[in-house]
Amino acid sequence: MNDVGVVETQYLLLSDMGVHEITLESGAKIGPITVAYETYGTLNETRSNAILICHALSGDAHAAGYHKEIGHKPGWWNDAIGPGKAFDTDRYFVVCSNVLGGCQGTTGPSSINPRTGKPYALSFPVITIGDMVQVQWYLMKHLGIEKWLSVAGGSMGGMQALEWALRYPENVYSAMVIASTGRLSPQSIAFNAVGRNAIISDPNWQNGEYYGKAIPEKGLSIARMIGHITYLSEISMEKKFGRKLQNKKEFSFDFSTEFAVESYLHHQGQKFVERFDANTYLYVTKAMDYFDVAAKYGQGSLKKAMQKISSRMFLLSFSSDWLFPPSQTQELVDALIANHKDVTFYNIDSSYGHDAFLLEVEKETSLIQRFLQSSSKLWQEDRYEAA
Amino acid sequence: MRRLEEALGMRVDLGVMADWIAQGSKVLDLGCGRGELLSYLIHHKQVRGIGVEIDEESFLACVEKGIPVIQRDINLSLKDVEDQSFDYVIISQTVQQLQRPDLLILESLRIGRYVIVSFPNFGHYRIRLNLLFSGRMPKSKALPYEWYNTPNIHLMTIKDFQDFCHRYQITVHQWYYFWQTRGGKWLLLPNWFASGCLALISRRDEYEKKA
Repeated sequence: MNDVGVVETQYLLLSDMGVHEITLESGAKIGPITVAYETYGTLNETRSNAILICHALSGDAHAAGYHKEIGHKPGWWNDAIGPGKAFDTDRYFVVCSNVLGGCQGTTGPSSINPRTGKPYALSFPVITIGDMVQVQWYLMKHLGIEKWLSVAGGSMGGMQALEWALRYPENVYSAMVIASTGRLSPQSIAFNAVGRNAIISDPNWQNGEYYGKAIPEKGLSIARMIGHITYLSEISMEKKFGRKLQNKKEFSFDFSTEFAVESYLHHQGQKFVERFDANTYLYVTKAMDYFDVAAKYGQGSLKKAMQKISSRMFLLSFSSDWLFPPSQTQELVDALIANHKDVTFYNIDSSYGHDAFLLEVEKETSLIQRFLQSSSKLWQEDRYEAA
Repeated sequence: MRRLEEALGMRVDLGVMADWIAQGSKVLDLGCGRGELLSYLIHHKQVRGIGVEIDEESFLACVEKGIPVIQRDINLSLKDVEDQSFDYVIISQTVQQLQRPDLLILESLRIGRYVIVSFPNFGHYRIRLNLLFSGRMPKSKALPYEWYNTPNIHLMTIKDFQDFCHRYQITVHQWYYFWQTRGGKWLLLPNWFASGCLALISRRDEYEKKA
């Protein structure tokens, strides 16, 4: 398979653009801000082939290709980004950045607060999806792009794509909202709350002041285990693990890790602790909980909120996703239809649950490629007519 | 329209529906196929259109054309679409394949000011003769299936459709009949000789309100 090859994360200091601090939706101000990002492919002369990829909760700027220093671990959406892939880097200039509040290069609670010389920890202001998008807007300007051909993302990334289309309609020709929603259900908020509770109940959490000390490993790994349960589906768990025991043939009649599914969750929790900051988990899940486009843009009415959309909209859901179920995407679609917007919606039949957006690459590719190509063509026609 | 052509086995002018649909109107095409009609309407009549299609290949063809399209089974309720939110709802060559055509037509009349229905006429003389002489379910170019595997589960004649309109207080504003390779408004004994037809309908009360 073709890949974009070896890539390097780059860093933008907003202060270099003269932006020393930004005002957040909460009213709080924060700065200086560093943004970690990667790019793949080449920006064309008319700057009309740029695509912003937005990552989900635990993602980072490394969306495709390989980093030299960490062996050969591919980017988180390597299956979808590259030559000939869904986001074809032979045609498009693809950008991905780590979100504000993140812990993989962009300013977040684990970053050093220059005023104190210590990590922000809980002195970092509470952020929203809109704040993340605002920071990405500066990155866009820095890259010399006026309008994205598309802003695309799955899960929390889909929320950012939707926010982009609402917040900066003039900068977004099309938006792809994949396995996502206009607002979390109380059920999803509940799962996030349990995850946060696991972290803050860990004795090592110390009100967030654990940097340089023992980290709240148990809490964070439990939060990740809960997350993983919500990413799978009943069928996918049955297929993947069944009731198989991991290392033995008989029950040991104690509380050790016995079932294959238990072992999987443990492993995922453990892996996560090695690369993710517990405080970022708190901030980012809270940002997702607050996200509500109907409230923010439509005074409670989704239909009214969708009036503001001028981008071509592409929405994808997955039949077995119960975290961000197809019905939530359908609500967005209905609101877009009611406003006679340019909307395309497909519900992919999949047993993978929420994780499907990372796994059903083949089906996504045929849809995404066609949508991007027609968007690219329509945009050129629009420009031609306008000229 | 190609689906219509194929299904009816005759050349159909794209202009028939396009003529009926006013410039710049809002169109919902239920079972839009590969999006040919919508593509024409969007590019030539500045229509704000959206298609609904369940077949994956047809859906992809629409996406490729840049036609707004929703993947959905139109047998399911359209209750989330608002009253009178479209100028035209198109049900092209799909009525006979629906589980409850009556519900879909009535729902379409709720959503759209006008509805355009096209369907093959089961009253066509060849079909009548076919059944009369062979004693078996008629097959034709328009109806090439066996009785057990046909997607056409609610076949009807032009007369049946007229009765339906009468019963549900639906006004038929325009007819267009297909006959062999030609079509037209005027046709002698359409229920005998038309192999298919198009009808532009609306709710009688809606029509009277406007009149």
